[in-house]
Amino acid sequence: MLYGGQVEKIELQQTPLLKIWVPWLGIGGCKISRRRGSSVPQLTNSPTLIVMVGLPARGKTYISKKLTRYLNWIGFPTKVFNLGQYRRDAVQTYKNFEFFRQDNKEAMQIRKACASNALKDICIYFSKENGQVAVFDATNTTRERRVSIVSFAKEKGYKVFFVESICDDPDIIAQNITEVKVSSPDYVNCDKEEALADFLKRIECYKQTYVPLDDEKDRNLSYIKIFDVGSRYLVNRVQDHIQSRIVYYLMNIHVTPRSIYLTRHGESELNLLGRIGGDSGLSPRGHKYAASLGSFLKGQNIKDLKVWTSHMKRTIQTAEHLGVPYEQWKALNEIDAGVCEELTYEEIQEKHPEEFALRDQDKYRYRYPKGESYEDLVHRLEPVIMELERQENVLVVCHQAVMRCLLAYLLDKTSDELPYLKCPLHTVLRLTPVAYGCKMENIFLNVEAVNTHRERPVNVDVTRDPAEALKTIPDHF
Amino acid sequence: MTSNEDVIMATSPRVLTQNPLKKIWMPCKNGLPDQHISQRRVCMTNCPTLIVTVGLPARGKTYISKKLTRYLNWIGVPTKEFNVGQYRRECVKIYKSFEFFNPSNEEGLKIRRQCALTALNDVRQYLSVEGGQVAVFDATNTTRERRGTITRFADQNGFKVFFVESVCEDPDVIAENIVQVKLGSPDYIDCNTEEAMEDFMKRIKCYENSYQPLDEILDRDLSYIKIMDVGRRYLVNRVLDHIQSRIVYYLMNIHITPRAIYLCRHGESDLNVKGRIGGDSGLSSRGKEFAKCLGKFIQGQNITDLKVWTSQMKRTIQTAEAIAVPYEQWKALNEIDAGVCEEMMYEEIQGHFPLEFALRDQDKYRYRYPKGESYEDLVQRLEPVIMELERQENVLVICHQAVMRCLLAYFLDKSAEELPYLKCPLHTVLKLTPVAYGCKVESVCLNVEAVNTHRDKPDNVDPSRMPEEALLTVPAHQ
Repeated sequence: MLYGGQVEKIELQQTPLLKIWVPWLGIGGCKISRRRGSSVPQLTNSPTLIVMVGLPARGKTYISKKLTRYLNWIGFPTKVFNLGQYRRDAVQTYKNFEFFRQDNKEAMQIRKACASNALKDICIYFSKENGQVAVFDATNTTRERRVSIVSFAKEKGYKVFFVESICDDPDIIAQNITEVKVSSPDYVNCDKEEALADFLKRIECYKQTYVPLDDEKDRNLSYIKIFDVGSRYLVNRVQDHIQSRIVYYLMNIHVTPRSIYLTRHGESELNLLGRIGGDSGLSPRGHKYAASLGSFLKGQNIKDLKVWTSHMKRTIQTAEHLGVPYEQWKALNEIDAGVCEELTYEEIQEKHPEEFALRDQDKYRYRYPKGESYEDLVHRLEPVIMELERQENVLVVCHQAVMRCLLAYLLDKTSDELPYLKCPLHTVLRLTPVAYGCKMENIFLNVEAVNTHRERPVNVDVTRDPAEALKTIPDHF
Repeated sequence: MTSNEDVIMATSPRVLTQNPLKKIWMPCKNGLPDQHISQRRVCMTNCPTLIVTVGLPARGKTYISKKLTRYLNWIGVPTKEFNVGQYRRECVKIYKSFEFFNPSNEEGLKIRRQCALTALNDVRQYLSVEGGQVAVFDATNTTRERRGTITRFADQNGFKVFFVESVCEDPDVIAENIVQVKLGSPDYIDCNTEEAMEDFMKRIKCYENSYQPLDEILDRDLSYIKIMDVGRRYLVNRVLDHIQSRIVYYLMNIHITPRAIYLCRHGESDLNVKGRIGGDSGLSSRGKEFAKCLGKFIQGQNITDLKVWTSQMKRTIQTAEAIAVPYEQWKALNEIDAGVCEEMMYEEIQGHFPLEFALRDQDKYRYRYPKGESYEDLVQRLEPVIMELERQENVLVICHQAVMRCLLAYFLDKSAEELPYLKCPLHTVLKLTPVAYGCKVESVCLNVEAVNTHRDKPDNVDPSRMPEEALLTVPAHQ
């Protein structure tokens, strides 16, 4: 045990990329790190297995994919294991609903084997691929199946959390089937009516043996039951931080059709000069864009549009042109570039060449000295995302790095892709949820602006020539 | 185009000025701040919310009401609780026995109904006239009839209603509640423990027969959360808006398992010694001494499963290193960002930014450093820390002066005015233990000298004041 007098001997060093203080021990002339520094608190220990439960067309896959996207974005490596996919890989061609009949022994064998393979893959994901959460997306409608999953998890030391979706509204079920089932690979050779009829018979096959999670019998399990697409929830035995976050998220999402509009502020004075950060006002072209944005929105005839800006002058000036009430969120402020605030890339290269190189090496995790990283930004933006999920039609007027983070969440981009997403000035992105994802429309409002997008240069080594570092800088005054 | 649209086109865009205190960009007309702008407040509803507790006596309704009120106020939602039992005590000066609550006691019923109505009147006053956003109506509200009255009252006044029902049949939990908060109630001031316990159990019986819990079918159009067995299970129905969603999240994260929260600052730092604020310096030798003592103190406390949290600044991490348990670093626990004033002495701030210095003294909670943060910003940044603290059990938080003030204000229910002046000296550990409806605080000074970093509000906060008046309360330093 190290304590007391050894305080003086332990030095702290700040890791160059994350800017995290970690202890370095001098042992026989060699310095080693005693602790792995992490830029976010590690609040989970054992891997978590989320198990979906519910009849077909109850939104299990929708929930699985959305939850996975959210957990990955906030930094918990998560993966979906969709049993239907395993079945399609095993049985190349789907004939009809008869496959799912309870008395179809051969099919039962196949389905059981698929489940077993999925669980094996989950094991590999946790033990070898650094996964933290696995979402087992299948009907799991019998107690027998759930019991076997729980023993499997217990044996391996995984925590289990069930997510059951219960819905008997025929309209919602029909809507689901139309949106995602009719176009499934299973029905590639059928017309709409045939597909719908077959799928309804498929549901009947499950109904006979469906045993929902029970208040009494399953009182020791951890689960959330979602009724009627979120009008009611039953939550039982939340064990830990991540289950609590999952419950909060699931209780905030909805399926009401709506659109999210993302845009940056109009071109700013500092943009023109190729300087990053700061709190400058709009350039004349920036004002022009804001006015065009106002006209564009009027033309869209959006019901009850909420407008959000940051606390920075340029987004507020942009919103001012829209003639509607807007809310300011400090959380939407641009990434803090610390000591590099208001510098040009050329100046950063000159004053902090090593920092500049480190940033190119890992742009997502790199933290500016006395500033922030994209990773920090994501944490800062989480309440914004949560509120975006609750809302309906929203226009977010923000900044380049912020918009990249929000877009990465909505389009399920990895942390490697995120810092290089293209978010040019004077362009509105309109995102509309459709099926399991988001449809995106890119609308350029025809007002010229500087380009502020800097691609990753080929040479990211700290020893590189300035010219190599500056190769990808966009033009400016 | 209608004439309304004409007006909008003509007046937009407006010129922006930055409010000097909060550093918020606001449109102004004729040099004065214009309406038409809203700061992101937590509660985005336009109508106020009435939270209504439901449950038999000794089910934790008042505990939940007080805790929830404390949390909502801390995050900036003006909230007040209205405890009908309190109204009853004011009306019926002396409590005789459980017979008062006997359902056949006509006189008792009349008084109780009157108290509820008086309380609702005060609720209306608070929400409609005094600018309150949330009122917590803390009573048993065990009959559908009573809840109907409240719902009608809310509809008439344009309030949203959210019910919080606590259901518990575990006799141990109920007995423990009674011991913790009922025996010490003014009602039982002249009784011994047995008498009080017996009377209270009979009181509960009086309610049991007419108790109609919220029903899945009959009450399916109401918005509510049913908390079962102290948080083992929850039923959540029709959450309508942001604030209800936050309330549900909070209620699902709190627990009543006994535990202790230890708060302290990092050991004295090199910049502390020089009287400079902010920065990211290491510990002074006295600071290192404190860290050693902290390690010994923690060892001596024999705490089960202690979690240790630090910020990402060098001085808190150095302090944690001395305790020899694993610790987690939270960026959210970093000290308040003093922007352009980082690493300055108060004398230098007065010299370079006398206006800023005065503004800060005028409203220390809302004042935002140029390119920095305010206490108000800090609270928002710390909310996830508080949420996780609620989930955890034994935790030691090693943080900074402003951060510690914010956390302490949450636990001790201090107002925004008091918060920035709470005393959080170096080399002192505060041990917080939940007890009854609040928190017991033990202050442990580890007997290692350190500079004082606490600057009281000076008498003169006007920008025209003399430098000496501004610097009067600056603590001594090298």
